Amino acid sequence: RNPGLGNPPRPTKKALKQRFLKLLPCCGPQALPSVSENSVEDEFELSTVCHRPEGLDQLQEQTKFTRKELQVLYRGFKNECPSGIVNEENFKQIYSQFFPQGDSSTYATFLFNAFDTNHDGSVSFEDFVAGLSVILRGTIDDRLNWAFNLYDLNKDGFITKEEMLDIMKSIYDMMGKYTYPALREEAPREHVESFFQKMDRNKDGVVTIEEFIESCQKDENIMRSMQLFDNVI
Amino acid sequence: MAAGVAAWLPFARAAAIGWMPVANCPMPLAPADKNKRQDELIILNVSGRRFQTWRTTLERYPDTLLGSTEKEFFFNEDTKEYFFDRDPEVFRCVLNFYRTGKLHYPRYECISAYDDELAFYGILPEIIGDCCYEEYKDRKRENAERLMDDNDSENNQESLPSLSFRQTMWRAFENPHTSTLALVFYYVTGFFIAVSVITNVVETVPCGTVPGNKELPCGERYAVAFFCLDTACVMIFTVEYLLRLFAAPSRYRFIRSVMSIIDVVAIMPYYIGLVMTNNEDVSGAFVTLRVFRVFRIFKFSRHSQGLRILGYTLKSCASELGFLLFSLTMAIIIFATVMFYAEKGSSASKFTSIPASFWYTIVTMTTLGYGDMVPKTIAGKIFGSICSLSGVLVIALPVPVIVSNFSRIYHQNQRADKRRAQKKARLARIRVAKTGSSNAYLHSKRNGLLNEALELTGSPEDEHLTKTTSLIESQHHHLLHCLEKTTGLSYLVDDPLLSVRTSTIKNHEFIDEQMFEQNCMESSMQNYPSTRSPSLSSHPGLTTSCCSRRSKKTTHLPNSNLPATRLRSMQELSTIHIQGSEQPSLTTSRSSLNLKADDGLRPNCKGSQITTAIISIPTPPALTPEGESRPPPSSPGSTTNIPPIGSNIVKVSAL
Repeated sequence: RNPGLGNPPRPTKKALKQRFLKLLPCCGPQALPSVSENSVEDEFELSTVCHRPEGLDQLQEQTKFTRKELQVLYRGFKNECPSGIVNEENFKQIYSQFFPQGDSSTYATFLFNAFDTNHDGSVSFEDFVAGLSVILRGTIDDRLNWAFNLYDLNKDGFITKEEMLDIMKSIYDMMGKYTYPALREEAPREHVESFFQKMDRNKDGVVTIEEFIESCQKDENIMRSMQLFDNVI
Repeated sequence: MAAGVAAWLPFARAAAIGWMPVANCPMPLAPADKNKRQDELIILNVSGRRFQTWRTTLERYPDTLLGSTEKEFFFNEDTKEYFFDRDPEVFRCVLNFYRTGKLHYPRYECISAYDDELAFYGILPEIIGDCCYEEYKDRKRENAERLMDDNDSENNQESLPSLSFRQTMWRAFENPHTSTLALVFYYVTGFFIAVSVITNVVETVPCGTVPGNKELPCGERYAVAFFCLDTACVMIFTVEYLLRLFAAPSRYRFIRSVMSIIDVVAIMPYYIGLVMTNNEDVSGAFVTLRVFRVFRIFKFSRHSQGLRILGYTLKSCASELGFLLFSLTMAIIIFATVMFYAEKGSSASKFTSIPASFWYTIVTMTTLGYGDMVPKTIAGKIFGSICSLSGVLVIALPVPVIVSNFSRIYHQNQRADKRRAQKKARLARIRVAKTGSSNAYLHSKRNGLLNEALELTGSPEDEHLTKTTSLIESQHHHLLHCLEKTTGLSYLVDDPLLSVRTSTIKNHEFIDEQMFEQNCMESSMQNYPSTRSPSLSSHPGLTTSCCSRRSKKTTHLPNSNLPATRLRSMQELSTIHIQGSEQPSLTTSRSSLNLKADDGLRPNCKGSQITTAIISIPTPPALTPEGESRPPPSSPGSTTNIPPIGSNIVKVSAL
């Protein structure tokens, strides 16, 4: 479902195997390949464990960033998350610093779920950079795909009205209380209605990925705004 | 937005992808990264110690020396580095501020040296992080007190600016060393207090006998003399009390204070006695009242600092003392019960009841041992010895604990009071930082529009205008602007002035003049929280600026003609700006120092630039001169110095 994302292989199977191997006293340190893979297992000690990303070269292959860009990104990432991974609380807190007036925690949760592709509760630098690579360096279709993935909260391939309403409310929440004109109760719902009007071709109450991409490609505003992301880094 | 997360701004902007398909209106243009050069290392040579950092790190705070072009003055061409002839130790803290966004105060550093360095680098001390802020404030206060003491001892002879008679009197009462009269009064009252106390004591001494066997106390023998003395003392005390009452700045508070209660209690018995002398029935009560005269001795606490401190610490240690009392009571009851039952058997025992045994227990536990009550049975003696041994422990142990509690609690109270006093200020700072960042966005929104308008005309001076906001800030503001566009709402701030202005910028912001004026008038009459309305009405200049444009021709321009309407409203906005900054805002930003002199062609244009506040902190008041002294929470960054109404409205034609 996510063609544009170059997932570095998440060692879920490997982790189980290592857990088992650890139990056997004969399999000592030689059974543990690299620090980075192991530390992901210790989800309970996120704060003390240090996660190191894969090498610069691998990341360069997997994403569309240049070496220098990766360096800059990593420095910023490491600054805020010295342990190498972001958990949801941290993520929300970082994101909220950009929106001092409103409440961005819900939208940040949705973002977190979109970045955390393997749903292990934490976003490592690889996930982070993979997501950014799609958004900032991917094709327009890739970006639309990513946006669809963001909206599709339960990742079932359809955007329902409820999901869209949640997203919409979270966006409106970010504006905070002091806005002009004042936020009305029905504003998010109306916005969702107009969205579905535009996107839902066959009027079946859900938006599929094809409908989404098709409708977006027809909308000039959306196409133009997608190009804004070309110059972010 | 703290500097630390500036590096996450690309992520935040990328996350905006979620808004794009949802938005109904087109997104604003992104700020162009004009000089997109690779991040380079800068070498900062401070008195020989070399520091290196990325250029973008320093540019996070464009309002400081290192973040602005002011550091070019220190650039050494030969060595290609920036040389500062300053203290390298403090520079470490300064540089860490750029890196982490938090300014720390090292304990070993002298406070005035630190302040000097901060002033040099253009950093306000108010942004010191909470971890070090208390220490900093303490040291600063001590320093200020020291300076004040120095000043006071210099200006000893100077008379203060004229205080009213009442205030001088109060000062004289509270601080006897201020004038000779006060000192005289102080000693006189002290003398009379002593006389009164000694009189009370001597009154009861038996002096001489009267024919008959009774020995007469002096008080009855020389009744008249004592009465005269007493009257004199009471008169002095009454006069003193009335004078204090008159001079007190807050009479109600004075009446409730402990010292005044002591005063009243000290003189009341006399007056009651005057009233009641002839009544035989209550003369017994009258005699008891005389006991209260001993309270006069407490009046000495005004004369003795130590007594006051003791009283205060006792008050603050009340709970510890209470606990000591409680545990003693427990022990007394236990031992008294035991002794009573142990001695019950013996004949002619003095331990007639448990309360009677209390006396024995107390005397034994405090190791007094009067010997008027002594156990006779063996069991009684055994328990009696246990009682006296445990008494030593029970009494002796808590005393050092209480003593140490005294000092601990005393200091704790002091710190708690200080923290409570600073809590308000701390919360205000946090709030200001928050509103500061929103204010910064709103300002730059208007600046941004202005810049864009000027850009359209191909004005060459826009280079300088855009320089004053860092790239990061402009990107952040663009992000917030996109959010506004997505939702169709626009940010408002608590500040009424800003709200008035921002409310004029609606969703499709480019509206015609008529609507603009209407909105201006409307919003100025909107019901903001009542606390704000006074400030709104106190700035009539704003509404006049709106009204004054009524005289212009109002032409209705359709929205579709985008560039023209934008220019139109740019004119309006620029007019406001120009009015707003008639004052020569000389140092609104450090970069303006480097503006070439011949840019005087359109000075008002530049003057209209409102520097965006540093996002994470309130705009340093020192850098943005505010026309009126307004409390920082209300728009620190806005140089909305409403000029006198008679000022000229210079219209800059943006065409």
